[in-house]
Amino acid sequence: MNLEKVIFGFFIVLAATLNFGFFIGDLDNPIHHDVYELFAAIVVNLIATVLKFGDRTHIGAIHLSTSLVADLQLIAAAMVWSYGAHVTDAGVTPEIIAKVVSLSGGALFANVVSVVILIAETIMQKR
Amino acid sequence: MNPEAYESTFFLALRRLRVPLITLILIYAVSILGLTLVPGLDAEGNPSRMNFLHAFYFISYTATTIGFGEIPNAFSEPQRMWVTFCIYLSVIGWAYSIGALLALLQDQNFRNAVRLQRFGQAVRDMREPFYLVCGYGETGQLICRALDQLGLRAVVIEIDDRRVSQLDLHGHSADIPALTANARQPEILKLAGLTHQYCRGVIALTNDDGANLAIAISARLLAPELPALCRAETVETAANMASFGTRHIINPFDKFGRYLALALHAPAAYHLLEWLTAVPGTMVEPHRDPPRGHWILCGYGRFGKVLVSALEQENIPVTIIDHAPPPGESQRRWVRGDGSSAPALLEARIQDAVGIVASTNDDVNNLSIVVTARELNPRLFVVLRQNLQANQALFNAFESDFTVVPSQIVARECLAILTTPLLEPFLWQIKQRGESWASTLLDQLTGSFGWQAPTVWSVHIGAVEAPALMDWLGFAHAPAPLGDLLRNPHDRTEELQCRMLYLAREDQSTVMLPHRHTPVQAGDQLLLVGCRTARNDLALTLSNENTLEYVLQGREIPGGWVWEQFAQLCARLPRSEG
Repeated sequence: MNLEKVIFGFFIVLAATLNFGFFIGDLDNPIHHDVYELFAAIVVNLIATVLKFGDRTHIGAIHLSTSLVADLQLIAAAMVWSYGAHVTDAGVTPEIIAKVVSLSGGALFANVVSVVILIAETIMQKR
Repeated sequence: MNPEAYESTFFLALRRLRVPLITLILIYAVSILGLTLVPGLDAEGNPSRMNFLHAFYFISYTATTIGFGEIPNAFSEPQRMWVTFCIYLSVIGWAYSIGALLALLQDQNFRNAVRLQRFGQAVRDMREPFYLVCGYGETGQLICRALDQLGLRAVVIEIDDRRVSQLDLHGHSADIPALTANARQPEILKLAGLTHQYCRGVIALTNDDGANLAIAISARLLAPELPALCRAETVETAANMASFGTRHIINPFDKFGRYLALALHAPAAYHLLEWLTAVPGTMVEPHRDPPRGHWILCGYGRFGKVLVSALEQENIPVTIIDHAPPPGESQRRWVRGDGSSAPALLEARIQDAVGIVASTNDDVNNLSIVVTARELNPRLFVVLRQNLQANQALFNAFESDFTVVPSQIVARECLAILTTPLLEPFLWQIKQRGESWASTLLDQLTGSFGWQAPTVWSVHIGAVEAPALMDWLGFAHAPAPLGDLLRNPHDRTEELQCRMLYLAREDQSTVMLPHRHTPVQAGDQLLLVGCRTARNDLALTLSNENTLEYVLQGREIPGGWVWEQFAQLCARLPRSEG
């Protein structure tokens, strides 16, 4: 067992699960989408991205790009959320939360691709 | 280290940044999360919590030590406790991350990797012909300077870091990309543009014969079309290079041996050769011809051996002064001893000698030998070997007849081969034609151009160098005699300050010193000698139709369509009347 692989797999799967946890629920219902979960998803995604630095293989490059996509989408979601919560007077309305959740849905897709690559890579290993 | 290893250094650097970056992310995450959870007070003093935007804002300016104060409201006691903790945490995190980053930037491997990348990029971006020069020693410096003066680009590989940094001080007009690396490695040569589409030649000038051999092999296998010029100081290396088809092998000692032999039996031919191959911007000094008679040679090394065989070929008796004769050299006259001491020179009958060669590999020794020898016999013809360019001042002060500087010989030879390929067959012809012919030509040429090193150049009559002349020849108005082409484009009654030496036709026939009525044909290669302005003027004539018309026919062609029509009308009118 390789400790590096354990940590690597842990963060990739955790990024996907947190993202999924935030995403699940009614699209425009603020009660179903906790902002702390979004925060955790962003942090874990950032860590997963940094962990993918420095891999020379082709699969490593795809890993890194999917992670960067997820980061971009999640940070965009956080920016939309803070715009709704602080800049507009109305606060986090169903319209705002719908935008945030759909952005995080895009990130979720990127994270799922990441997990699929991880599984494929694992299956390719004959040992 | 090869380029592959350098590339992996980049990935290693990225890997080494993982831990500092993750530490920073975690510190930020813990601080922000804590700040949103710790109970605080709003503007009215009611219990409330900080939201994520404010927490991120606060931690960002606190962690980077900007510190705007407690925003948006004054903090509660628990918040202050947490912020105190965060401040220390973030300071440690930043100190660690920045320290790691700086350590990485200082890392020698990493810096080499960056330098290699930049060099490779600079070479890949080259969009004009260049020469790959391996070894930036004395010869390399001479060649780079001359190439720069001729308006040609160069790329340099040199193993010694100090010499590479000298390159910036030499003030070339064009940028010369340089790399500190071992040119033995094919990967380095490829990176430096060996297989680049604009690479015009490889010049191997390192002071290590083995390295030059390695470069020659790489060039032969990776870029077989490319001319490779290789310096070889031993006969074995030269033979090895020749065995796999290296086209130009330059052995400075062997070259000088041949020059000396030529100077002995055909002094005018030698002078002509020296004048034609002089490095641009230098003065050629005519010296007295080496006399025939008894010669003394001090120092029987690589150079000594070559010179002894050259002298013996001319049937000149030589006495050798050296510490110990090698086995199997008993038939020559030997004096054991040190050439710089008078007794050894006297034993070698210095009073009767006509010439002396100081050929040890030590400059001070050589000077000491010739100074002693001149004192004993002031009429001696002196051949002096100079090993280091740095001692130039000493050698200038002593008036020798020949000063042999290997680096200059190699540089001259390289430039002659690279810039004027036609010069080689012409020089060969000089040696064949005999002494009186060479003497007449030398007098004519130095009479009109002086002893200053002339501009020697080749022109190929083709679409690239002579588009206007190609059009002219294609439409067959009239033949283009050589004498007319060499008229001054500003005033055709004057002739250009140059002389045609050699003409090579497409069908392999050649003309030595072509007559002024010789017609020029498409595909001809011309070798010319003259001043720099003549070269530019001839280039103008060959590429500009109006100038060509003027030079050949004495007619000014009108420029522009309207004037052309008008001129044609005028030309037709008298004919119709007549």
